[in-house]
Amino acid sequence: MTTVGHRPLDGFEDNDQKPIGHGRMLRKEDPRFIRGMGRYCDDVQLPGMLHMAVLRSPVAHARIVSIDTSAAEAHPKVKAVVTGAALAEKGLAWMPTLSGDVQAVLATDKVRFQGQEVAFVVAEDRYAARDALELIDVEYDVLEPVIDVRKALDPAAPVIRDDLEGKQNNHCFDWETGDAEATEAVFASADVVVSEDIVYPRVHPAPMETCGCVADYDRVEGRLTLWSTSQAPHAHRTLYAIVAGLPEHKIRVISPDLGGGFGGKVPIYPGYVCAIVGSIVTGKPVKWMEDRSENLTSTGFARDYIMRGEIAATRDGRILAVRTNVLADHGAFNGVAAPVKYPAGFFGVFTGSYDLQAAYCKMTAVFTNKAPGGVAYACSFRITEAVYLIERIVDCLAYELQMDPIELRIKNFIQPDQFPYRTQTGWVYDSGDYEPTMRKAMEIAGYDELREEQARRRAQGELMGIGVSFFTEAVGAGPRKDMDILGLGMADGCELRVHPTGKAVVRLSVQSQGQGHETTFAQIVAEEIGIPPADIDVVHGDTDQTPFGLGTYGSRSTPVSGAAAALVARKVRDKARLIASGMLEVSVADLEWEKGSFHVKGDPAKCVTIQDIAMRAHGAGDLPEGVEGGLEAQICYNPENLTYPHGAYICVVDIDPGTAQVKVRRFIAVDDCGTRINPMIIEGQVHGGLTDGVGMALMEMIAFDEDGNCLGGSLMDYLIPTSLEVPDWETGFTVTPSPHHPIGAKGVGESATVGSPPAIVNAVLDALKPFGIRHADMPLTPSRVWDAMRGVPRPPI
Amino acid sequence: MQVPAPVEYERATSVDHAIGLLERLGSSARIIAGGHSLLPMMKLRLAGPEYLIDINDLHGELGYIRIEPGRVRIGAMTRHRELLESDELAEAFPIFRDAERVIADPVVRNRGTLGGSLCQADPSEDLSAVCTTLGASCVIRGRDGERVVTMEQFHRGPYETAVGDAEMLVEIRVPVRPGGSSAYEKVERRAGDWAIVSAGAAVWMEGDVIADARVGLAAVGPNTTGIPGVSEAVRGRRPSEELYQRAGDLAARNCRPATDMRGSADYKRHLAEELTKRALRRSVARINERV
Ligand SMILES: Cc1cc2nc3c(=O)[nH]c(=O)nc-3n(C[C@H](O)[C@H](O)[C@H](O)COP(=O)(O)OP(=O)(O)OC[C@H]3O[C@@H](n4cnc5c(N)ncnc54)[C@H](O)[C@@H]3O)c2cc1C
Repeated sequence: MTTVGHRPLDGFEDNDQKPIGHGRMLRKEDPRFIRGMGRYCDDVQLPGMLHMAVLRSPVAHARIVSIDTSAAEAHPKVKAVVTGAALAEKGLAWMPTLSGDVQAVLATDKVRFQGQEVAFVVAEDRYAARDALELIDVEYDVLEPVIDVRKALDPAAPVIRDDLEGKQNNHCFDWETGDAEATEAVFASADVVVSEDIVYPRVHPAPMETCGCVADYDRVEGRLTLWSTSQAPHAHRTLYAIVAGLPEHKIRVISPDLGGGFGGKVPIYPGYVCAIVGSIVTGKPVKWMEDRSENLTSTGFARDYIMRGEIAATRDGRILAVRTNVLADHGAFNGVAAPVKYPAGFFGVFTGSYDLQAAYCKMTAVFTNKAPGGVAYACSFRITEAVYLIERIVDCLAYELQMDPIELRIKNFIQPDQFPYRTQTGWVYDSGDYEPTMRKAMEIAGYDELREEQARRRAQGELMGIGVSFFTEAVGAGPRKDMDILGLGMADGCELRVHPTGKAVVRLSVQSQGQGHETTFAQIVAEEIGIPPADIDVVHGDTDQTPFGLGTYGSRSTPVSGAAAALVARKVRDKARLIASGMLEVSVADLEWEKGSFHVKGDPAKCVTIQDIAMRAHGAGDLPEGVEGGLEAQICYNPENLTYPHGAYICVVDIDPGTAQVKVRRFIAVDDCGTRINPMIIEGQVHGGLTDGVGMALMEMIAFDEDGNCLGGSLMDYLIPTSLEVPDWETGFTVTPSPHHPIGAKGVGESATVGSPPAIVNAVLDALKPFGIRHADMPLTPSRVWDAMRGVPRPPI
Repeated sequence: MQVPAPVEYERATSVDHAIGLLERLGSSARIIAGGHSLLPMMKLRLAGPEYLIDINDLHGELGYIRIEPGRVRIGAMTRHRELLESDELAEAFPIFRDAERVIADPVVRNRGTLGGSLCQADPSEDLSAVCTTLGASCVIRGRDGERVVTMEQFHRGPYETAVGDAEMLVEIRVPVRPGGSSAYEKVERRAGDWAIVSAGAAVWMEGDVIADARVGLAAVGPNTTGIPGVSEAVRGRRPSEELYQRAGDLAARNCRPATDMRGSADYKRHLAEELTKRALRRSVARINERV
């Protein structure tokens, strides 16, 4: 059953309906953030704490000839200077990445990207640590860098990864999905084939808070406490145990308030390991916080796919097959953060929301002298690239067929009765009902009137564009039989304890970076056991206080941990039912649950509340036979499948014909994430993601010069949008619950980042139709749009 | 947090005190005004002065906008925000308000100064383009008194000015002529970004012909550039689209843009043309609105 609705632009008065369960309510965490009382890593101050700074390579590719640290060591405030050679003695110079490669903690032999970690200094204060970096003398023997990804596999290209035994080239991996032959057969006999080279440039998550940590190693107890900017504290703890050889029960990872993550805080960065070593060496707590340039130039990038997209269709617009060939730039180390069996993340869903006969993808990934990464930057593991590819190429097809892009999409949608739907690349979409979502977006936009307006304006030489995208996401990794990160299954624990007075604490394995978990999870539990959200404390981010789980990224918190929270609450409710039957002296079968209390069937006056039951569970009176005291439960939830949210986005742009500047006039986003727990938080997630989308479509890119210097090392160079570049977002929704999720919810954190770039780019190209061009790559800066207007669109790399 | 290298710091209590300090400390000392150009460079360790002489306490002495017969004088410590908000200045030279609306953001505008902007001598600097457009002159003071230089003399290359080691910029003077107005046009990749290209124009009319006009461009050469050819081409003529086009062509031909992350040289040349036309058109429209 799909329900449809939207929220008028000015309807924010009712944002705090104080629901006992799902509904609009203000965020529980906001008072502390608004008052500046959040506690971030950099707020942690410990007695005797020292400060660390990292020396980074100024060049992209060079052999290290020598490092002289004597002057730095002589600095009066310096406590330790550590190089790669010193780490190598401890066996710590290299560490595993999340995708089975290794990465240098500190370079020993060569530096492989500009900004790579070469040495670190621990000093009494941050200034001294930074000053001492200038006293370290490194002699580099500069090597030719590999910067142009298209030339990385040239036989003459210098080999970057000579640390890997027998490595003779810069090949990282090959990957394919779908059926090459079947796809070729469909293409060979199709009426129409359209192909286009489509680049998704390298971008950076650029969270407001950079990465950092405070490492506190207790030499006597052999215990490490690490406050760190981590989206996955439990997974990190296990990895530290494996990398550093510390026993896992002696490691406590605390991820305090995070100022954004967007996937960039999933990997373990060398800086964290260095700070741990710094604390072990000095016996003091050590703080390390990256500066902005370090964050932009050395931590995980995202995207960087060069895609050849091909689409085959009948003349009347029936899409038959899609094929793509991808060249992926993975930088100097393969640091992709995705489930192990998915080296290209979930790019396999590039078949989109359409019912196809065949599909095939072949990918080649290579090493270059650039920062490693491939993190899931609000992209649900590369679904951003997949959705961009399909939604762009479908628009190219509409262009060739001279068909309305929405009509073409609707004609090819997977139909509601086809769900669960197995795609040509093997993904099983759990549910969906696409057309109402598309129609809702058209209705809010006033699509037909917009097309009329466009025709009028075009006649006057004005450049107005209307762009559409329709996406299906695959989120909530994932079933442990298929999905793990370095052998850790992607299931999530959850624990719920109801105190004697009926207040509760729920302990999650996932960690919020701004998504509002303290509110949403309290609401999920409230809905199930009827305790008001205000009475439910949400504990997260501390491995000593929470059950094991894989963390927050890929929009997985609600699909996985949200399910765990609902189920653990139901477990508590089941126990409460037993206790209630004793209290009311009736059989369990004679009890009826109404949110917050049990009453005897047919006699609502005979009733006990969940608070009464909690007191009885901990009280002195008798409990029914076989029932233990206390009111708590624990669970580990292994999802049966991913959840598949979808959405329809429409964007309206105006382009100044004289300066080629793009103005996003309107943006309509209709999202279907199944059951909506807190609509206000969902809207917030969507607003943020759409803003991100404007950034990627119009301005963001991490570029390099030919020597491998990163040209995006500050926020004056790497642009992120402001409120002045974005319109008032117009949001709507449909609700198609997930059939396998206990409350029917699907993830939504990344939907807007995934879905919006193609809508914006499609709108720009729609505006440029009078110039006879079909495709131009992001970022659509004025200069690049002007190139397109003159018929010479250029790829950004 | 990016942290600068150690630096000694003193607050000047008067212009003479500041000049005395500069003289004593030599080239290892730097004046700090709003700090919005200097501090980022220090944090990135691109600049490493040993001494900072803070002149913010001189705002009383050097923060002013004085409209006099025949000229406007603006003190070097006048902040962006004061330039933006001055109705008198907007009346005399609307180009200032046009430009200030698109310079940086409110945080930067609250502190950044006219003097700091001109002395930074960034090729993309907007107020330099404004001053070039208006034919302003710069008053430089040293121990031995003041000297006055034109904008062309003031900027000697990117990040290089005529201000000597023991001197400072104290004032900008802008000549006022009757029948004139002005405008500023800027294209940026995002609000608060430096210009891809910007163009200022000032026009003076006598009856229905242009008595004089000046154009100044930012971000298309080593310094902000005046285009003298434009003045010659439009003087004594009636404003028209053809005339603006001719001026635009001249601007495009006489600038020296370079390709960078902000845009290609070709695009910047195109913008020089387009923005010159727009700025001239708007200046003339403003004059016509007045009569
Ligand atoms: C985020 C951001 C965005 C910006 N965007 C723009 C923009 O779009 N357009 C634009 O034009 N500018 C922009 N700027 C620059 C801004 O306008 C600066 O404030 C200005 O360039 C410098 O003024 P200041 O007073 O801060 O100078 P400071 O940083 O204090 O000084 C700059 C230089 O001038 C010297 N100096 C200062 N005053 C004097 C004096 N009286 N005599 C001699 N030397 C002096 C200093 O020694 C220093 O070398 C931006 C800055 C930031 C941080």
